[in-house]
Amino acid sequence: MSNSQRLNPLLELIRVRLLEVAREPEAIFWVFIFPVGMALALGFAFRDKAPEPVAIGITGEAKTGVLRQALARSSLLKPQFFPSVEAGHAALRIGKIALLVENGSPIVYWYDATRPESRLARFEVDQAVQEAAGRKDPAPITERLVRDKGSRYIDFLLPGLLGLNLLSTSVWGIGYSIVNARIKKTLKLMTATPMRKSDYLLAQMLGRFVLLALEAIVILAFGALVFQVPLRGTPGALALLCVLCGLSFGGLGLLCGSRVQTLEGINGLINVILVPMWLFSGVFFSPERFPKALHAPIQALPLTAANEALRAVMLEGRSLASLPSQLAILAAWGVVSYAVALKIFRWQ
Amino acid sequence: MSSLAIECRGLVKRYGPVTAVDGLDLAVSPGECFGLLGPNGAGKTTTIEILEGLNQPDAGEVTVLGRHWGTHEGELRERLGVSLQESRFPDKLTVFEMLRLFRSFYRSGRDPEEAMRDLSLEEKRDARVGKLSGGQRQRLAVACALTGNPEILFLDEPTTGLDPQSRRQLWEHIRAFRQAGGTVLLTTHYMEEAERLCDRVAIVDRGRIIAEGSPAELIGRLHAPHILEFSSDPPAGPELIATIPGAFDPRQRGGHWSVCVSSLVQAVPALLLALERSGAKLEELSTRRAMLEDVFLALTGRELRNE
Repeated sequence: MSNSQRLNPLLELIRVRLLEVAREPEAIFWVFIFPVGMALALGFAFRDKAPEPVAIGITGEAKTGVLRQALARSSLLKPQFFPSVEAGHAALRIGKIALLVENGSPIVYWYDATRPESRLARFEVDQAVQEAAGRKDPAPITERLVRDKGSRYIDFLLPGLLGLNLLSTSVWGIGYSIVNARIKKTLKLMTATPMRKSDYLLAQMLGRFVLLALEAIVILAFGALVFQVPLRGTPGALALLCVLCGLSFGGLGLLCGSRVQTLEGINGLINVILVPMWLFSGVFFSPERFPKALHAPIQALPLTAANEALRAVMLEGRSLASLPSQLAILAAWGVVSYAVALKIFRWQ
Repeated sequence: MSSLAIECRGLVKRYGPVTAVDGLDLAVSPGECFGLLGPNGAGKTTTIEILEGLNQPDAGEVTVLGRHWGTHEGELRERLGVSLQESRFPDKLTVFEMLRLFRSFYRSGRDPEEAMRDLSLEEKRDARVGKLSGGQRQRLAVACALTGNPEILFLDEPTTGLDPQSRRQLWEHIRAFRQAGGTVLLTTHYMEEAERLCDRVAIVDRGRIIAEGSPAELIGRLHAPHILEFSSDPPAGPELIATIPGAFDPRQRGGHWSVCVSSLVQAVPALLLALERSGAKLEELSTRRAMLEDVFLALTGRELRNE
């Protein structure tokens, strides 16, 4: 009987954990492809575009070329000629045009004042008409257009997607794999060996960190390369924040997996925990839009804290020291989940 | 007392209103292969898991290698090997990876290569566990249990669901472990397995041991070590059975008789004569040595396997 050099059980457990994930095509999809695809789809759907010109109708004496030329010059207006006022009205009613201009003396503007684009069209048309008629603005002005990197929708979205992904892969990755091992009695069998139980749980966490690092790098690199999403804070602060998120969310995963005995059970439990956070924690839009009464509970959710902190570091360049309440919320969720999970954990 | 490999006294385990183990005593000597035998639900698995330190009894005392689970768990885990009933390994890992992982849990033990050689798994070295046959998977489970070079091997229904060839193969590996001086405690509901493998067996029924001894002893206690089975046309009645000398515990099932007899030499001619006199025609006749199955039947009045 040989007695070879003993390998470190913790490292072996981590190794096996990573091998299992790497051999699970579904895990690869959810960890890497899903968030990138989501960012890609939403980033393009809400990308910044030149303002869409407003369609307006012109009717009446079209011979007065000054009006038509004046209107055609404005890049914000798309004029269209109607042979009669009735035809113009019909187009106005169905929203095909925002404003109907009846040329004559006086010029008549037909529009619905409750429609913002109609008011905008009226303002633009009037400006062009008055200028063509020779009006000079008494006060000189200059316009400067603002379109900063860091204030677009994709800039808001990407940190949220990162937070969301760290949460869901942690909870699924740890919760599901523990429950699966419990069902297959692998957990029980391992407790019949000298393996330290803490090594098993630690390996789940540390294996997670390896994946978490890869996952964060893929998402951030994708954002930087494809959408030029900025990182204004230090990479160190962002890395530390991701680790804290991993610890906090890992605790939640452990808690989810600590007692459940069936795959159906863990599916349901994880969905109950994740779906509200998808909705409320400001992944896709700011939670400020929810009623005031919900703000306090939403602020207490770990994903809300994570998203706020990620945005503050990435978009505003803030230091971790300036985010004590977010970090405290993350840490509290982590510590409490761990403590409870270890207390109620079921090995068989 | 402390020279025993496994000892337990007055073991009780209840699950709600059900008493799974009901005052069970057991003593297994070092180097012995001991079998817990009984139908499903008899309390075998609960008992073996209590002895393995995976389950806590409500009452009773357990000593393994002279140690108690409460005080020496770490040491005992290094010295014992356990194979659970129906435990499944992660499908995505290979045989080698599993053995390497298990090796890392023990301070000293067998290399994966050695473990694969011992259990004839070399060809499956890089096969995923999910692709293994039932027999290969069970050999892997035993290989994992043997990784730490244990003094005692616990096997809970090691061959359930295996084909006869895989079963015999596994028996060979268990025998090899014993020849190297190991102690084995196994549970089974296959009587043949117990007869082939065990030095001593305890027949467990409803959480109690109802008989204990070597397979030969237990069969000997039947007083009628042979079983005579026959059918005739028209079927024989009980009065005909009564004329067979030394007949014992006759059972009838659909015109087919099964009778325990002490001597075939006396019983068979008497049966043939009685049938001839009654004018019945013998359709089938077979004799066999009594087996542990018959012991269980005689002790409980129930079949061991209630298919």
